[in-house]
Amino acid sequence: MAEANVVVNNSVQAGTSHELELIDRVQRGENQLFYELVRPYERRVFAAAMAILRNESDAEDVAQEAMLKALRAIRQFRADARFSTWLIQITVNEALMRRRKDRNHVIEAIDDRRDEESDYAPRDFADWREIPSEALERKEVRQRLAQALASLDRKYREVFVLRDMEQLNIQETADALGISIASVKTRLLRARLMLRDLLAAGWEQGWFSRLPFEKGTKPW
Amino acid sequence: MVNDNIVNCEHVWREISNYLEDDVDASFRSRMDEHFQTCSACRSLLEGTRNVIQLYSDERMIEVPSGFGSRLQHRLAQSRRAPGRSWSPWSAWLVPLAALLLITGGVRIASSRTVPQPLLSAHAQPARNIPPDMVVVVSADAKEFHVPGCEFIHNKERERTLTAKEAVDQGYVPCVRCLRKYLQTASAGRTSLEMEATSEPDIAGPKQDGGE
Repeated sequence: MAEANVVVNNSVQAGTSHELELIDRVQRGENQLFYELVRPYERRVFAAAMAILRNESDAEDVAQEAMLKALRAIRQFRADARFSTWLIQITVNEALMRRRKDRNHVIEAIDDRRDEESDYAPRDFADWREIPSEALERKEVRQRLAQALASLDRKYREVFVLRDMEQLNIQETADALGISIASVKTRLLRARLMLRDLLAAGWEQGWFSRLPFEKGTKPW
Repeated sequence: MVNDNIVNCEHVWREISNYLEDDVDASFRSRMDEHFQTCSACRSLLEGTRNVIQLYSDERMIEVPSGFGSRLQHRLAQSRRAPGRSWSPWSAWLVPLAALLLITGGVRIASSRTVPQPLLSAHAQPARNIPPDMVVVVSADAKEFHVPGCEFIHNKERERTLTAKEAVDQGYVPCVRCLRKYLQTASAGRTSLEMEATSEPDIAGPKQDGGE
């Protein structure tokens, strides 16, 4: 039975001593080390921009801008914060600003003003206990997960990505998006339940459980 | 079974996310635990939700376009090679652009967003209470810097982000509406002077010279 509680381990380790040393050296002017410093996070920076902009080339451009901005502001980084969080927050801010400039997003923005419904009821209760993390090796599974995420309304998607993929905490997510902690919690609940609904259905259809052989190849 | 009187399934659905965050109080948590023991639907919901979090938090879920890392590395390297203020990404790509515009377009560039000017407003307010690393935005043709999202930003489609310190260094003054809480205590007259002293038009410098 579920020892019930084990909170999903979403925490990211604090800066390693290597990272702290790199930060210190870049702050002292060794800018050529900056890429080494941000490299472990470059994928997450891209994903944060992508969650907000939903366009690869915009997201890449914003990710680069955010990195440049971080380099420029590196002296203001304080070691009591997580470097990754600081980078992600700069990225989110940059991406939100880019979106504001883009008229295509106006319609989605209006949508955002609706209050979120907190009384979401799960749709099905497929028994989905096993964690099929090896399934992520399969591109098809990753694509299904990405599609499920992309199908969420913006307000749910953004909160989910920042908290569960970028691993910001609730407060940091609220700060980055400029919304209240209560909104973060409500949206996060809704996002997680909706994704569970979508994926539990997939689980029943066998997305995750099929043997990991490429289509067309034979295991014998 | 008896516990269903105390915590029903709907309560559990509402709190399941907080439960996974370890953000419910101890007594409610233990009542939820009891509920999970007796209610297989909610237990399945809990496990499924936990699976969702686990799957999406996996690094493999993030796909970046191919060549992303090397393009980033290249752009960072480019910014270091920029003349003058090598740490400034703005000057890195604005130098050739500004030079081109100056040659072809004359002096109108002076008021464009590409070359921040030493803008000083008669309404300059003390900025020293503003945290220097606070992220703020400025826009072209305006003299103030703002908290992102401030409704008094002019020319929103041409805004850019920087830190408060950079904004002050570039001659911008704090918006008296969105940054009001930082502006109340200090003396306006004195800080106007402080701001003048720190507002060298450093970024604009080399480009202006090139055009004359």
